[in-house]
Amino acid sequence: MRITKKDQLQKIRGEVQDSIYAPTLLKINVGMATCGIAAGAKDVYDKAREIFNEQEVLVARTGCLGLCEEEPLVDIQTPGQPRIVYRRVSADKVMELVEAHQKAEYLEKAILGQMKDPRSILEDDIDNPLKTIFSSNSIPTLEEIPFYSKQLKIALRNCGYIDPESIEEYIGRGGYFAAFHALHDMEPEEIIEAIKISGLRGRGGGGFPTGIKWATCRKAHGEKRYVICNADEGDPGAYMDRSVLEGDPHSVLEGMIIGAYAIGSNEGFIYVRNEYPLAVVRLIEAIKQAENHGLLGDDILGSGFNFNIKISTGAGAFVCGESTALMRSLEGKVGRPRAKYIHTVEKGYRDSPSTLNNVETWANVPAIMSKGAEWYASLGTEKSKGTKVFSLVGKVKNTGLVEVPMGTSLRTIIYDVGGGILRKKKFKAVQTGGPSGGCVPEGLLDLPVDYERLTQAGSMMGSGGMIVMDQDTCMVDVARYFLEFLQEESCGQCVPCREGIMRLLQVLTDICAGKGKDGDIELLEDLSDTVVKLSLCALGGTAPNPVLTTLAYFRNEYETHIYDKKCPGGVCKELFYYEIDEENCNGCHVCFRKCPEQAISGEKKEVHTIDQEKCIKCSICYESCKFDAILIK
Amino acid sequence: MAESATSQEMAKMVEQPEIDFRALDDLIKERFAGDQENLIMILQAINKEYNYLPRPALNYVSTRLDVPLSQIYGIATFYSMFSLEPRGRNIVTICLGTACHVRGGERIKERLESHLGIHAGDTTEDMRFTLETVRCIGCCSLGPVVTINEKVYARTDSEKTLKTLDQYE
Repeated sequence: MRITKKDQLQKIRGEVQDSIYAPTLLKINVGMATCGIAAGAKDVYDKAREIFNEQEVLVARTGCLGLCEEEPLVDIQTPGQPRIVYRRVSADKVMELVEAHQKAEYLEKAILGQMKDPRSILEDDIDNPLKTIFSSNSIPTLEEIPFYSKQLKIALRNCGYIDPESIEEYIGRGGYFAAFHALHDMEPEEIIEAIKISGLRGRGGGGFPTGIKWATCRKAHGEKRYVICNADEGDPGAYMDRSVLEGDPHSVLEGMIIGAYAIGSNEGFIYVRNEYPLAVVRLIEAIKQAENHGLLGDDILGSGFNFNIKISTGAGAFVCGESTALMRSLEGKVGRPRAKYIHTVEKGYRDSPSTLNNVETWANVPAIMSKGAEWYASLGTEKSKGTKVFSLVGKVKNTGLVEVPMGTSLRTIIYDVGGGILRKKKFKAVQTGGPSGGCVPEGLLDLPVDYERLTQAGSMMGSGGMIVMDQDTCMVDVARYFLEFLQEESCGQCVPCREGIMRLLQVLTDICAGKGKDGDIELLEDLSDTVVKLSLCALGGTAPNPVLTTLAYFRNEYETHIYDKKCPGGVCKELFYYEIDEENCNGCHVCFRKCPEQAISGEKKEVHTIDQEKCIKCSICYESCKFDAILIK
Repeated sequence: MAESATSQEMAKMVEQPEIDFRALDDLIKERFAGDQENLIMILQAINKEYNYLPRPALNYVSTRLDVPLSQIYGIATFYSMFSLEPRGRNIVTICLGTACHVRGGERIKERLESHLGIHAGDTTEDMRFTLETVRCIGCCSLGPVVTINEKVYARTDSEKTLKTLDQYE
């Protein structure tokens, strides 16, 4: 059905609201993004499909609710009863959960929480469909558990709530109304003005004001203009774009339709990285549905505006996340960046004016157009508006995707939302901004997170990866890790980046191998300065950041490595050894059994010892000891 | 000549695939409209079909698309997903993204390397496994992760991974 009138959108929305908020049968929603599937969600889904008759139980899939730590997440609702989200659901357990629900009982142990209000930020025109239901019992609500209570979901508004392969459910949650309004009632300049007022900035890392980018592109000379979605999410440790594409692909398409109309483009591309096969599947399905509903193609929504979107997949090159490299790759060439004396908004893809925005940026656009630029601008800090999605990972309890207003402190994100450090260990640093970012130490935990403040701290926002590191992390090794990554990913065309990064890496590798010498720290600083100043593109220009921030905040660790030949984190193998603490060891024999090299000896209930000749420092004993009896020396 | 070849070379010689040039032509002309801009995606399709990029197929692409072979070589070596060597029946990929790195991905890599007797990037002599690394597949919250062929193994460690390998022939 082609949609040309607002009534048609309204009709779909009304019908779908009933099915998603007031199902007539017991309904199971299984979170089926890549993270959920990796944790076993597909088995749960298949099993539920197999055992339940469609006339009795509805089995549906959704995207990711964000708390990936507790995947697979499954939410179950019996008509008229609370909608409850369960954690770590296995295929064997699903039957048990459903049987309990049928008796209006709930297996408390498996409960994450009940949904208090499932409406998205765009649905404040309707009543909370669970209003009368949630208050009637004592199960804790999802919205009040610490992981969710500080969050505000704009970009992630539908992830985990709708079937990503159903355009109807997207419309049911208020989707495509913003596009309808924009295409029918607004001039392109008005849209650009609204985006400018909203204060939206590029979520891919650069933080460039989106409205200004669009305005420049619209004004640039050229017969054809292009709109590009950068889904080449290459920062290790960041996966919000994957989650949006897998959980709510239509939000990106709608954003691109609005953007294309504002800029005056009829052709768009989504450049997705090859490592995200499921995202590609969901996007292709979404594009087909949008075409069938008259939301892509000719005469979109009866407005006379034409726009098509093609998908292009990357082939594994981090540098292709850089705009000029990405556009070359789109042209079927080697993805090497070029100098940006002329910006891509003027000469980009095929030398034509091109607007490139990140997935999360596009997903924000429909929300801004629906709720108003002023509403968006009221959130966040002075220069960074709205919310930001972070992937909170590493040595933190609640790993997952979190969306918080800009300006939320690191401490709130890590300790309140994230629940603090795993296994009661001590916090050491949080790494933000991917390989181009830096490590922020404990002293700066109260830093309100926005573009400017992270940059001042020597790090950057980047795409929003937030990797928490504890006492067992070696900061010199972290710097070495990122430089190794960047050395592999440097495209090699400019000397400062190609040779400079390699030399930095050599020095760092030597330090980690116990071959550090006096003057190495100064050499690192000197080299970094050259690489920063002379590299052609941002990959090289920011490459020394991991070195510079660890030197700024953890200089003592470098010195310990170089002068004392010790690695306090117990990572650099040449610089530490494991020893068993005679006081704490109770001879439980776990390390004895687990050691792959038979390097540990000792009788049960007696103190064990490690044969240093045999030990390969694989850390299995250290991680498996429950009594802190393995020491790093 | 066969006498001087090592067993690994022999295995690779045996594995040389027959190229279906007619299918390849359809792929280039029909699925990808004979458009040079689609070169990377054409190579992806070939890489998927044969598990690597066989030289005869690349020669054909070069002629059909009128793109110099040197340019195709440039692309094949620039992007990490392409391989110019035949790869094993099972591709074991260890994620070395930051989250997996801090949770011990590197240690899994070391164990697998010593267990399989190859370095990351190489293939076992019997062509059973190719060991690769990847910088993040976006499953950071469940790290460390290892993928074998298309399946993702989450919250894993070196012991679990070694056991899992037995399932793959």
